[in-house]
Amino acid sequence: MRAALLRYAPLLLVALAWEAAPRLGLVRPDALPPLSAVAHAWVGLLASGDLVRQGLSSLENLVAGLGLGIVVGVALGILMAWYRPVEMLVNPLVRILYPLPRSALIPVMILWLGLGAASKIASVFLGCLLPVVLSAYNGARGVDQVLVWSALAAGASRRRVLWEVVLPAAMPEILAGVRNALALSFILLVAAEFLIGQRGLGYLISFLGEGGVYDAMFAGVVTVSAVGFFADRLYLMLMGWMLRWRE
Amino acid sequence: MAGMKALRHGLLRWVSILALLAAWEIVARAHVVSAFLLPAFSTVMARLAGDVISGELLPGIGLTLYRALAGFSLAAAAGVAVGILIARSPLARWFLDPLVSIGLPMPKIAFLPVFILWFGVFDTAKILMAAFSAVFPVIVASWAAAEGVERAMLWSALSLGAGRRQLLWEIALPAALPQIFTGLQVALPIALIVEIVSEMAMGGEGIGGTIIMQMRFADSPGVFSGIVAIAVVGSILVKAMELIRRRLLVWHPEAAR
Repeated sequence: MRAALLRYAPLLLVALAWEAAPRLGLVRPDALPPLSAVAHAWVGLLASGDLVRQGLSSLENLVAGLGLGIVVGVALGILMAWYRPVEMLVNPLVRILYPLPRSALIPVMILWLGLGAASKIASVFLGCLLPVVLSAYNGARGVDQVLVWSALAAGASRRRVLWEVVLPAAMPEILAGVRNALALSFILLVAAEFLIGQRGLGYLISFLGEGGVYDAMFAGVVTVSAVGFFADRLYLMLMGWMLRWRE
Repeated sequence: MAGMKALRHGLLRWVSILALLAAWEIVARAHVVSAFLLPAFSTVMARLAGDVISGELLPGIGLTLYRALAGFSLAAAAGVAVGILIARSPLARWFLDPLVSIGLPMPKIAFLPVFILWFGVFDTAKILMAAFSAVFPVIVASWAAAEGVERAMLWSALSLGAGRRQLLWEIALPAALPQIFTGLQVALPIALIVEIVSEMAMGGEGIGGTIIMQMRFADSPGVFSGIVAIAVVGSILVKAMELIRRRLLVWHPEAAR
């Protein structure tokens, strides 16, 4: 208990400073509303249903884009490692597209899919895809060939080897790639929501900011940050659980 | 024979890229989709060349690059300093460890409206936004790197009469450099991604703002040529970081690979 208190004391100090600075007149309260005002605004956003409604919209688009990115990315990465023609076809494209700052694709998605959920999902999907492809490809390529040969020699079909040897062996690297993709998906979703508007927490934050409702805007920023932080923590736990078979 | 094989492999690498570009051109010219949704590759390249010659493109690209690199440099300097400070000072570690472990996975992009509120919509806000987004990976990498420097190496240097300043600049920093550099290589693309988002959201000059304007005016060749230009800039930056790494770490075993 005391150890935890000592560890998290800095956060408490920051919270205190946040409360005190505007109250003591060190910063203007409209540039940084006191923490208590932000907390009050947060309760207001929650009670009005805005936070839940926009949060659910964000969550839906994030899960759809990230989920699609993981499924397609893992499949593509493993196929690249497993079938030479796929590798020769896809690898150069991956390499040439990888350095493209993914946020630049949001306007194209808006041109193609309009101002709506589809553009947000597609932006998240494209942002997550390449890191997952590369991690699955590297993971599957790094599989010990002896394992593959023994499984084949023991009479396993190629498909079974793929599912039962290659995929599990590539799993640690895939999971690390997905963690990067998770962080990227938040960036792209919030960016797309800023630009497309209409719905989502990113839209809520920028709407409140433009309207000058700064305590509520800060409440939204804190919410998105907290969701991103806890999503990462949750993912780390999931990762530990999925890799529990490793020594 | 080995040369032939390498050459064939090199050519094969381009086949799929050329095939994709050809498919793009054919699909666009056959009007499978409207020219508005997908302008032909040749149209996009002609537009790109035109914008370069007319002098419309390069100042914008230069501005974006300047902001992204300024933000990245701030993040690099602050991140390395803070990371080393955390590794060396128990007080700094006590205070910053929880803040960094929250800041690293947090989606920093959500702070964009806060940066607009505090710093306006001009260079300062855009540069600081990129720096804020890129600084955490640098802190964590520098911290881990400084922790990882072998004690034995530091002790030998001390016993040979190195001063504390020398110890930091001539022993600890070079030993920590490979890992710090890995952090920088993570941070640079983040700075560029966030810079472009900031420009798109805040408007003004710079390639991000330009692309959004072109999108609003339904100028799709403009949008696509902007993206091609950003892609080229991104590739050059990634390659440049690899080259600098090889240059800086010539003495390191990794360079021999």
